Amino acid sequence: MSVLIDQDSKVIVQGFTGREGTFHAEQMIEYGTPVVGGVTPGKGGTTHLNLPVFNTVSDAVKDTGADTSVIFVPPQFAADAIMEAADAGVGLIVAISEGIPTSDMIKVKHFLSSRKSRLIGPNCPGIISPGKAKAGIMPGFIHKEGSIGVISRSGTLTYEAVDQLTKLGLGQSTCIGIGGDPVIGTSTLEAAKLLMEDENTEGIVIIGEIGGSMETDAARWIKENGTKPVVGFIAGQTAPKGRRMGHAGAIIGGKDDTAAAKMKVMEECGIHVVESPAEIGATMQAALNKA
Amino acid sequence: MNIHEYQAKAILKKHGVTIQEGITASTPNEAVDAAKKLQEETGTQWWVLKAQIHAGGRGKGGGVKLAKSLEEVAKIAEGMIGMQLVTHQTGPEGRKVHKILVAQDVYYPGPSGKMEFYMGVLLNRQTGKNTVMYSTEGGVDIEDVADKTPELIFKEEVDPATGILPFQARKIAFNLGLSGQAFKQMTRFVQSLYEAYVSVDASLFEINPVLKATDDKILAVDAKVGLDDNALFRHPELAAMRDLSEEDATEVEAGKHNLNFVKLDGNVGCMVNGAGLAMATMDIIKLSGGDPANFLDVGGGANAQTVEAGLRIILDDPAVKAVLINVFGGIVRCDRVAAGVVEAYKKLGNIQVPVIVRLQGTNAEEGKEVIDNSGLKVRSAISLKEAADIVKEVV
Repeated sequence: MSVLIDQDSKVIVQGFTGREGTFHAEQMIEYGTPVVGGVTPGKGGTTHLNLPVFNTVSDAVKDTGADTSVIFVPPQFAADAIMEAADAGVGLIVAISEGIPTSDMIKVKHFLSSRKSRLIGPNCPGIISPGKAKAGIMPGFIHKEGSIGVISRSGTLTYEAVDQLTKLGLGQSTCIGIGGDPVIGTSTLEAAKLLMEDENTEGIVIIGEIGGSMETDAARWIKENGTKPVVGFIAGQTAPKGRRMGHAGAIIGGKDDTAAAKMKVMEECGIHVVESPAEIGATMQAALNKA
Repeated sequence: MNIHEYQAKAILKKHGVTIQEGITASTPNEAVDAAKKLQEETGTQWWVLKAQIHAGGRGKGGGVKLAKSLEEVAKIAEGMIGMQLVTHQTGPEGRKVHKILVAQDVYYPGPSGKMEFYMGVLLNRQTGKNTVMYSTEGGVDIEDVADKTPELIFKEEVDPATGILPFQARKIAFNLGLSGQAFKQMTRFVQSLYEAYVSVDASLFEINPVLKATDDKILAVDAKVGLDDNALFRHPELAAMRDLSEEDATEVEAGKHNLNFVKLDGNVGCMVNGAGLAMATMDIIKLSGGDPANFLDVGGGANAQTVEAGLRIILDDPAVKAVLINVFGGIVRCDRVAAGVVEAYKKLGNIQVPVIVRLQGTNAEEGKEVIDNSGLKVRSAISLKEAADIVKEVV
């Protein structure tokens, strides 16, 4: 019924004892996520939130068998934290940290190419498989267990879409916040493949933004390989060229990365494209009824 | 963050890239002194005076001029310093020129023909690798080249583990049709340029044109550099290059309150938590018949202070006929945000345009109640559709 994380995951938190790490670790535990410990260099051997703290990710993995790490480390140190997790063999790394230098992420991407870990983010809300586990900062209560997969580059806009789905009775299998930076670990396409292959996911919502070509790359793959209805929205139809809209990745460079250009390709690839973000939930409902 | 041409050239020179030399001046007298000094140092007979503003297309707007005597240097500097320079990137009001660069003339006659190329280093987002993009068509708008003759644009992707390799630099020099001394110089130029790009954590290095002078020297005649804001913490000397007079005053003011603000031309202001939702809110405004007056992301801290600062900035724009506040409360509770809105509204007083507050998420109903019971002329909504309908009604 879900991808990437569920009730059997073993989650650690990097930056565990910091303000952000503490707050969100508590929230994750409250949601029922199997958090097994955390890492804060120099605080190994202590306990925090009744869980063990380790000096290194590799100690944490050895001791707890952790397979997932959620990173709340400040941006200057976040790239190092991601690579440490990958080096320790953590299978799924979710980087929440915002503001990591692009050049650091280029190094991270290269480092990960020779390792088995999957990175989600950075600068993302994380992942949630409703009713099972959440590795991130999204408000748990707006979600509902179900069969719609959600992929998104933004935070609150994802919550908006999820909220619409839940209020229409459409629960979610897994919601994946892939992040708003120019270099990220998992693309829209890779996330779409995961959800398309998940037998319990019946429909997919893709929320994109101006900038880059991730949504059109995914759309072209979906055209050839898609087996489920997909609803798409691209934020930034009214954004001017050359101005960065908050996210480092949300900037129109050429004529192919405008919202209009992306929406056109997505439509041509059979995706139910909505102009208004208020229509995401209703459009998915209609698409499921037709399918 | 963007920097000026003279600052970009200083970075290039430091990393071994040959540049068109120049000295900055803020007065006509300084310009003449700079011209004399430059003549001693480089032997240049003529000078090029270049307005230092953060915008392209300066030549067409009269911001780049050739002076053939010191008298001409003084005369041109007189006209250029203090002018409102209008280019296709500045908007109709133009940008005030505070400083000019007095540069050596590199288009001197010589034994071989001159050639102009384009070269840029930037990230290829699809592969997550830096790429050297270059073209035989320099000195013209590269977007026009990409439109009309895309086959004349070449790309060389760089492996992050090795950096640019000598064979790649040779390939670029060959593709640009160079040989002999010019070929050798170009391979060095490419490698130094890449070094400079990496060492300052740039997001863009654009040299247009790269000149092969008539004596086979390869020079950066212009330089446009964008720096990664997220990496400035490790480059305090670059952060100090920021020129606030080149930035929109309102955007600078917003930045002080940790608000991410971009000024637009519309009539409906908006204030939103989260960049994606902010863009989506702008789209909703447009679909409802209005035009977004701004992009404004208040981030995670939507409290009374940030809401007040945001409202103040939005209402400063006389074109704004309505304001839509759209907050999805996750960690932020909607009733708190609502209380903040009410407080800010009262504090600002005398708000003449309709304000629509849409609160959804944690404690949304309680938030709506706070707004509805405040007695203020504020419309509240819970669903995005309702908010859109109210916008439609008021514009």
